[in-house]
Amino acid sequence: MLQATGLKKAYGNLQAVDGVTLEAGRGQVIGLLGPNGAGKTTTIGMLAGLIAPDSGEVKIGGERISGDTSPVKRRLGLVPQELALFDELSAMGNLELFGALYGVTSAKERDRVLDLVGLRDRARDKAGTFSGGMKRRLNLAAALLHDPDVLLLDEPTVGVDPQSRNAIFDNLETLKAMGKTLLYTTHYMEEAARLCDHISIMDHGKIIASDNLAGLLRHVPVSSFVVVELAEDGFAGLEALRSMVREASLNQRQLRMGLQRLDTLPDLLQWLNANGGTFSHVATERPTLETVFLQLTGRSLRDA
Amino acid sequence: MIAFWALVRKDLRIFFGDPRAVIMAFAAPILIGSFFGYVFGSMGKPADRGKIKVLVVDPQPGKVTRQIMESLQKDPMLDVSASDLGDAQSQVKKGRVPVALLFPPGFSEAAAQALFGGSKKPEVTVLYDPSHKLEAGMVQGLLTGQVMQSVTRQAFSQQTTATGLSLPFEMKEKALAARVGVPYNSYAHSFGGMAIQFMLFMGIDVGLGMLLLRQRGLWRRFRAAPLSKGVLLGSRAFSAMLVGMLILAVVFAFARIVFGVKIEGSIIGFLGICAAFSLMTAAYGMLIAALGKTPEAARGLATLATLLMVMLSGAWVPSFIFPAWMQTLTKFIPPRWAMDGLDAMVWRGLGLQEALIPIGVLLLSTLVFGTIAVLRFRWDAE
Repeated sequence: MLQATGLKKAYGNLQAVDGVTLEAGRGQVIGLLGPNGAGKTTTIGMLAGLIAPDSGEVKIGGERISGDTSPVKRRLGLVPQELALFDELSAMGNLELFGALYGVTSAKERDRVLDLVGLRDRARDKAGTFSGGMKRRLNLAAALLHDPDVLLLDEPTVGVDPQSRNAIFDNLETLKAMGKTLLYTTHYMEEAARLCDHISIMDHGKIIASDNLAGLLRHVPVSSFVVVELAEDGFAGLEALRSMVREASLNQRQLRMGLQRLDTLPDLLQWLNANGGTFSHVATERPTLETVFLQLTGRSLRDA
Repeated sequence: MIAFWALVRKDLRIFFGDPRAVIMAFAAPILIGSFFGYVFGSMGKPADRGKIKVLVVDPQPGKVTRQIMESLQKDPMLDVSASDLGDAQSQVKKGRVPVALLFPPGFSEAAAQALFGGSKKPEVTVLYDPSHKLEAGMVQGLLTGQVMQSVTRQAFSQQTTATGLSLPFEMKEKALAARVGVPYNSYAHSFGGMAIQFMLFMGIDVGLGMLLLRQRGLWRRFRAAPLSKGVLLGSRAFSAMLVGMLILAVVFAFARIVFGVKIEGSIIGFLGICAAFSLMTAAYGMLIAALGKTPEAARGLATLATLLMVMLSGAWVPSFIFPAWMQTLTKFIPPRWAMDGLDAMVWRGLGLQEALIPIGVLLLSTLVFGTIAVLRFRWDAE
């Protein structure tokens, strides 16, 4: 349904997007994960036909977007990162306007999307009076009026409380179940992990890894992390420990180890006890997309 | 067309839903236009104008100076009273009295003798406030007439010309504007000027509004829809033109009802100028949106440019008081043509042909502004 091949875009000396290729079928959610400035929004802009790529092409349902008035644009819905709404207009007024841009004037369609995002009872209220979460849901509804096949969501949960975030996720899962193709950009790895069938990790304009969650996690050479709180400062056996595990680091009293197999943990703890590493607390963690990003770039996703 | 009208309707709903914008667009030009109309109108109406205060210092009153004093006191334009030198100097210096006349001692006799060139002419000193030079000139003119009359009456008192010499002609003034017998209405110019000023301010709002659309991501949403750039820019220009026309209509309707301002010339010409200037204002707004990077950065510069244009267009004060070089220069400023065109159609009472050149210049300006806007507009800006 959505096919982008070799997209490139430069602004002066800055190569914002460098050879991005993406593909998503009907009913699939693909995630574009990357830090701020990775090139996600520019990529979305090219997919939506807002920005002309320097090279590469975008096809929706096998057809290219040709010009501003291309009918292919009717198959796309864009949810911008900003709250692209008129605060001065009611929710219904906003939907009337955004529907009309696609020739949709039916009140039934407006009611349908308001029902979907749970704002039917606030239809006559001005968007300016809405909470951040409600605005985000209206932002989503405005992109659905013309019933697009492909929905491009550019960080649709920025600044949203957990309750509204869950509501948006429910909406997106409903859309997925309806067979819509969703492209979802985010820098929240947990969102990508929850929603996406396929995730592309982007950094400095390039896709540096692309797979499903399990496939991406295979980039991390450990199956689990163990975090041990030591009872005392200093641990002399760190170098010896490093030869026993995949990786180990000490931060004040917190000892973090990466294990290939979790069943080696009891032996490891015994060894720690015997070698001066008395501990007060032990916790295990699974690798995450954050770990994948760290593994691939050497930087934390949030700090990048 | 559904999208075009939806975008126009949206602009109008937002505009009329904002009390501040409505007050600025409609009430402000009416208020300021009324003020300027009143001020400039008073200057042309003797009944409304305050009399010019004149102090006369006559240390040695004679027959002639008494007659001059009496005659000046009878003049409806003057408020004359006697004073002494110290008081007169102090009052003029403080700006309380614009003019004071100082007669030298023995003026009556010396003036009569000087009339025949037999002795040195006595000197009358006119003290005036530098900010009232115009009034000083008027008082000098009136004084000259009265002195001639009184001195000759004194000089020839033994002969038949007992009333003295007087000007051998009468002056008849005839204002040649609008239709014969229709008095000039100062509100006609002031309301036109203020309508032009606030329409241009509305143009700034149009431009800044478009920059805000970009900042708020709305432009991305609009551009994601299958719409041409023409529809996106054209709808904004069209709604701005409608609001501009409405401003002119409301302002002139108010002037008509309250101050009796009539379109003395061609109605079609008047409407043509209103439409052409409204279009130009819309294009000006587009130009601001195209050249400005952010609303914050564009606001100051656009306001300065607009105020300069308004000032030089003659919207505040008529352009005929500008120096000649400035009058020529201001012909390159489009609002000047709107101002001249409105003056021509409203109070000068001229025909349609006099509106054609202003309309042409305004449409040409629209084309230039619009073309630059379309070429420079940053469609891809993020």
